[in-house]
Amino acid sequence: MKWDEFFVTGDPLIYGADVSIVLTMVGILFYLTRYKKWKWLWTEWLTTVDHKKLGIMYIVSAVLMLFRGGVDALLMRTQLAVPDAKFLDSQHYNEIFTTHGTIMIIFMAMPFLIGLINVVVPLQIGARDVAYPYLNAVSFWTFFIGAMLFNISFVIGGSPSAGWTSYMPLASNELSPGPGQNYYLWGLQIAGIGTLLTGINFLVTILKMRAPGMTLFRMPMFTWSSLVTMVIIIFAFPILTVALALMSFDRLFGSHFFTLQGEGMDMLWANLFWLWGHPEVYIVILPAFGMFSEIISTFSRKTLFGYKAMIWSMLLIAGYSFLVWVHHFFTMGSGAAVNSVFSITTMAIGIPTGVKIFNWLFTMYRGKIQFTTPMLWSLGFIVNFVVGGVTGVMLAMAAADYQYHNTYFLVSHFHYVLIAGTVFACFAGLIYWYPKMFGYKLNERIGKWVFWLFTIGFNVCFMPQYFLGLDGMPRRVYTYSEESGWGPLNMVSTIGGFMMGIAFLVLVYNMYYSFRFAKRETTGDAWDGRTLEWSTPSAMPPFYNFAKIPEITGLDHFWRQKQAGKVEKLTAKDIKKIHMPSNSGVPFIMGSFFFVLGFGFVFDWIWMAILGGIGVIGTLIYRSFEYDDGYYVSEEEVIETEKISK
Amino acid sequence: MANKTAANGHGGFPWKHLIGFVLSIVLTLFALWIALGTDLSLTWILIIIFGFAFLQAALQLLMFMHVTENSTSTKLTGRVQVGNILFAAFVAIVIVLGSVWVMTAGHAKHDKHDEPKTENHGEHGGAEKSEEHGSH
Repeated sequence: MKWDEFFVTGDPLIYGADVSIVLTMVGILFYLTRYKKWKWLWTEWLTTVDHKKLGIMYIVSAVLMLFRGGVDALLMRTQLAVPDAKFLDSQHYNEIFTTHGTIMIIFMAMPFLIGLINVVVPLQIGARDVAYPYLNAVSFWTFFIGAMLFNISFVIGGSPSAGWTSYMPLASNELSPGPGQNYYLWGLQIAGIGTLLTGINFLVTILKMRAPGMTLFRMPMFTWSSLVTMVIIIFAFPILTVALALMSFDRLFGSHFFTLQGEGMDMLWANLFWLWGHPEVYIVILPAFGMFSEIISTFSRKTLFGYKAMIWSMLLIAGYSFLVWVHHFFTMGSGAAVNSVFSITTMAIGIPTGVKIFNWLFTMYRGKIQFTTPMLWSLGFIVNFVVGGVTGVMLAMAAADYQYHNTYFLVSHFHYVLIAGTVFACFAGLIYWYPKMFGYKLNERIGKWVFWLFTIGFNVCFMPQYFLGLDGMPRRVYTYSEESGWGPLNMVSTIGGFMMGIAFLVLVYNMYYSFRFAKRETTGDAWDGRTLEWSTPSAMPPFYNFAKIPEITGLDHFWRQKQAGKVEKLTAKDIKKIHMPSNSGVPFIMGSFFFVLGFGFVFDWIWMAILGGIGVIGTLIYRSFEYDDGYYVSEEEVIETEKISK
Repeated sequence: MANKTAANGHGGFPWKHLIGFVLSIVLTLFALWIALGTDLSLTWILIIIFGFAFLQAALQLLMFMHVTENSTSTKLTGRVQVGNILFAAFVAIVIVLGSVWVMTAGHAKHDKHDEPKTENHGEHGGAEKSEEHGSH
């Protein structure tokens, strides 16, 4: 391979990206060296096993990926704004919609939610860390490396262009030659390891590490939704792992699982992809539901309505989520029997979701509602998500789906559920728990601007797409003719897209503004909350979270303590030494070896992949012989920390 | 933290894991040999390697996945264990039977492009012919 094939050349947009990447790297290196931050970076962040710091790193990565995926989206909208536009060529457009979809789902939505789960869940259940803190660090670094591997594709080697679904035979060597598709396979494979480990880690954490007295049916709703999400992750992600591995064999070693030759079954890929893909939809929506439950309950000043109904509907959703995958390819033509069954299961899964919507409405009914920004996002969610849900039921009817399939109607539908569901939740959760992470709130006034800009922009962008779809505009086309008559609505849609982009910039500005000017929180209870994470005396919990593990007597324990005027004040007598896990640089190093392994496979440089593989196994062996049982925080240190923070 | 309780591995030599590991490799190599190195008919190869697959799964559950361990601590652990296995069985059945059903019903039959068919139509099942299959 020649150097001019190794680097992507010939497009001014890419050269611009090259320059900005190099400048950013130089800037970061200069900053770290000039202000002697290297040691700080290593000891405080790269080697940390603290769930709160890992959570923040997840969220920072997710916001960066939201920027990247958002830029992709705006490039697409620019190209589609007018008929016969020449802004992007078809190959470039294909690459951009592929990376947009993949990044937004795998490297934005998932880490954003997992980041919030990381920060919040151990605090909500009264634990000092997760069950396997070291594994948690491995999770983060494999995710991060997977994301970086995927992201460098647009400057080195070329991006995948077969869509985020990577259907065969389009994604085969014959139709997608070069390293692009391999980036997809290995980026997702490596990040998938991290997700699977997170699933196991948090399942065990929630089952085993709850504070005494916190029975399963006293857990906060966000913890419940995380628990159900982890179960789905554990059972769904292995399917993706296997499917990706089989396609990798096809592309790298000439096997015939999904190829057109040699008795391969191309549609089996679609089948396996959606067997994972549909549960994945619920992996990114259930934690969102959990967050909205917490926020709506807090700002309505009421206990969540129908707590048990919420839980049972989530458990039902977890089971159903494995029974609906064929609705993504009704048009494959499996026949009336298959399509009818999956039509019915798809409509059935709407029922528990509907139950939840009503539960939120009844939670607000006769509540004292406070219109804070997290609450605004939650209210916006209910309205917009229902639009997405109703169009989802329309799509669920197999006969009708033949008309909607592959049109902008579908595009609009899944953006209405994923943006109004997951993205709104990410913003709501971020704002709600921001004081827990950083010790101050985001500015509410600017926050409301963000909400209105984004929500209006979102509707202006995607509402026209329903009508474009009904008018026959197919998805994944890079341009259209003037005669089609799709021009005006596309222009409106593009304007909405840019409004969302502006809203994102205002959100980032709000982070900067609040960092400079926001009033620092003096207590741990920024929103007059109900659950345990608000019960820490300091705004940001110390690294051991709780000096004394609380004893739980019922749902919304902290709220009821406050109502009864019986919030515990710690005395020196209560303090005992605390066992904590040690930091470790090994997960970061293992992640780096994964990068070498992935990069080797992407370019079919087997020697490099083997080298990386040896490194990964080496770090595993090293870990097996490492006898580190953590360390104790002395009573004096705990007392000192608690006093300082009081 | 919880990783200290990780069972017998810390005491003596982990024989259970070693035997499990070796047996897994032997079973895999055996399956490979059956598939590539023998002249058995396709049906028999499938039957035998499926048998190996089930053995392999049982081996994993017994040797590595603590399926026989009693829950000493709480009633909850036992319930979680049973629920876990039932859900795993449910998902496995859905994936395998569901895939077979979806991939063999209706038009999808014709997805096996190169497989010689003994039925009334030849290799690449044409679109016109598949029309009739969609209706039942």
